[in-house]
Amino acid sequence: MGLEIISRVLPGIGVCQEVPLHGGRRVGIVTRRNGQREIVVYDEDGDGAAATVSLNEDEANVVAELLGAPQLMVRLADLQRQADDVVTEQLPLSAESPYDGRALGDTQARTRTGASIVAVLRHGTTHPSPGPEFTLHAGDLIVSVGTREGLDHLARLLDGSG
Amino acid sequence: MVLASGNGSAAHTATLLVEIGAILFALGVIGRVAKKLRIPVIPLYLLAGLFFGQGGVVKLEASEDFLSISSEIGVVLLLVMLGLEYSAGELLSSVRTQAPIGLLDGVANAIPGAVIALVAGWGGLAAVALAGVTWVSSSGVIAKMLGDLGRLGNREVPSVLGVLVLEDLAMALYLPLLTALLVADGGASTVIVAVLVATGTVGLILVVATRFGTTVTKMFSADDPEPLLLGVLGLTLLVAGLADQLKVSAAVGAFLVGIALSGAVAETAVEVLAPLRDLFAAVFFVTFGLSTSPGTLLPAFPLAILLVVVTSATKVGTGYVAARRVGVKRRGRWRAGVALIPRGEFSVVIASLAVTAGVEPELGPVTACYVLLTIAVAAAVQKLPDRLAAEARWSRSARRERRSRVPDPTG
Repeated sequence: MGLEIISRVLPGIGVCQEVPLHGGRRVGIVTRRNGQREIVVYDEDGDGAAATVSLNEDEANVVAELLGAPQLMVRLADLQRQADDVVTEQLPLSAESPYDGRALGDTQARTRTGASIVAVLRHGTTHPSPGPEFTLHAGDLIVSVGTREGLDHLARLLDGSG
Repeated sequence: MVLASGNGSAAHTATLLVEIGAILFALGVIGRVAKKLRIPVIPLYLLAGLFFGQGGVVKLEASEDFLSISSEIGVVLLLVMLGLEYSAGELLSSVRTQAPIGLLDGVANAIPGAVIALVAGWGGLAAVALAGVTWVSSSGVIAKMLGDLGRLGNREVPSVLGVLVLEDLAMALYLPLLTALLVADGGASTVIVAVLVATGTVGLILVVATRFGTTVTKMFSADDPEPLLLGVLGLTLLVAGLADQLKVSAAVGAFLVGIALSGAVAETAVEVLAPLRDLFAAVFFVTFGLSTSPGTLLPAFPLAILLVVVTSATKVGTGYVAARRVGVKRRGRWRAGVALIPRGEFSVVIASLAVTAGVEPELGPVTACYVLLTIAVAAAVQKLPDRLAAEARWSRSARRERRSRVPDPTG
């Protein structure tokens, strides 16, 4: 990420965008007004093109997909893995809970367990994103998101056993 | 026209069609050849004109009117397309960032032309015209050359294009001034009045173009190519004609219409007008060649060569300084310099204006030779900076190798 892209306007022709690469070399993409692209590999001088390849719009799309596709796959896989690890659960607040009648903030759930309380279900109504001042009552269903261990920890905490 | 009564007129129509057809077909063949040889087509069109023209190998009679009207339209189309290709924003930012270079470019390249004209004894008016001829590089030829060489991504290219933008803008003032001077041809007071009228009109059109550009653009829709083609062409010819009536030069009126149009309308207009521009501009270059008889070319040669030598050097200097200003290294500076050498459409436009007004008949052939030579020289030296740098690197590394093989005397 954080790569610096240098843009140069080419009046009457289009624009050139230059990307410095990790090895000290530079590549550039020239986009003409008519959609034609050029890939430029800069010489060791850094000012001039060592090689230039011209692409029409279709070819540019194919190359872009080839370069972009692996990136997309990695991101998707990341998302999938995260989704596998993250669990959503509804934890009931029992009458014996030390937090009956106390503020949500008192549980310090996120700090202690890593799990987040995203909503509270009470008498059939949903209270989304409750603040730390939200008062819990016995019989509330506490909707939480976290890892398996985090949620188990939270359940024990709410029961007064954790 | 085909139905015109009378045998004479029918025969005339037939010759007219044959002549126009022959010219266009020949230009098509020339275009193919130019593409194959990867050379700019403008010099070849000029050469074709010389070949066809008065005193040339083939005689043309019937198509004279068609050619002269078409070449007028060709100039108008060249200029409106130039205006369409630049947005007002690009023009303004070029002026802001490159003004000193534009000034240097004008001084360094116009003055040699004027001085050489005066030394040749051509008189003041011809000197002003020749100054314009040597001043303006050809944006058409240069953009094409840079594209063909794969140099558009180079760091020095924005400074090269910046110089071209400023020259084109400067022409919006120079052309009306020249026209005014050519028309005035009298005492100082008439000249001053003409100059004031010209600059005033250009200023007015520029204000309209930049302030009310969106209003002008709203008159058209980018969705329908056909009405857009007719509408933009119509408006351009209309403004060009009015500008000409006010002695401001039709070309400048057309250029300013191009600047006034923007956005999607301008982009579509470029697409639909491009084939027309190609047709009429080709005819313009041929017609200029036609008006020059090949016999006058040879005597024009020495002066043209002198102009080429001096003003190629000044252009290289301009490009070098322009590229150095944006922090480009030595080799890129030389590349920027040689890129600016070609002169083309504007030089021909200026010369044909002056020659039509009856200034110095030699200006025509000299300009034709000059344009041809600058393009040829430019094509020949484009790769020189990179080649020399490669050789220098090679000899440096060879020297280093030799030195490392010499045994160390102290050890």
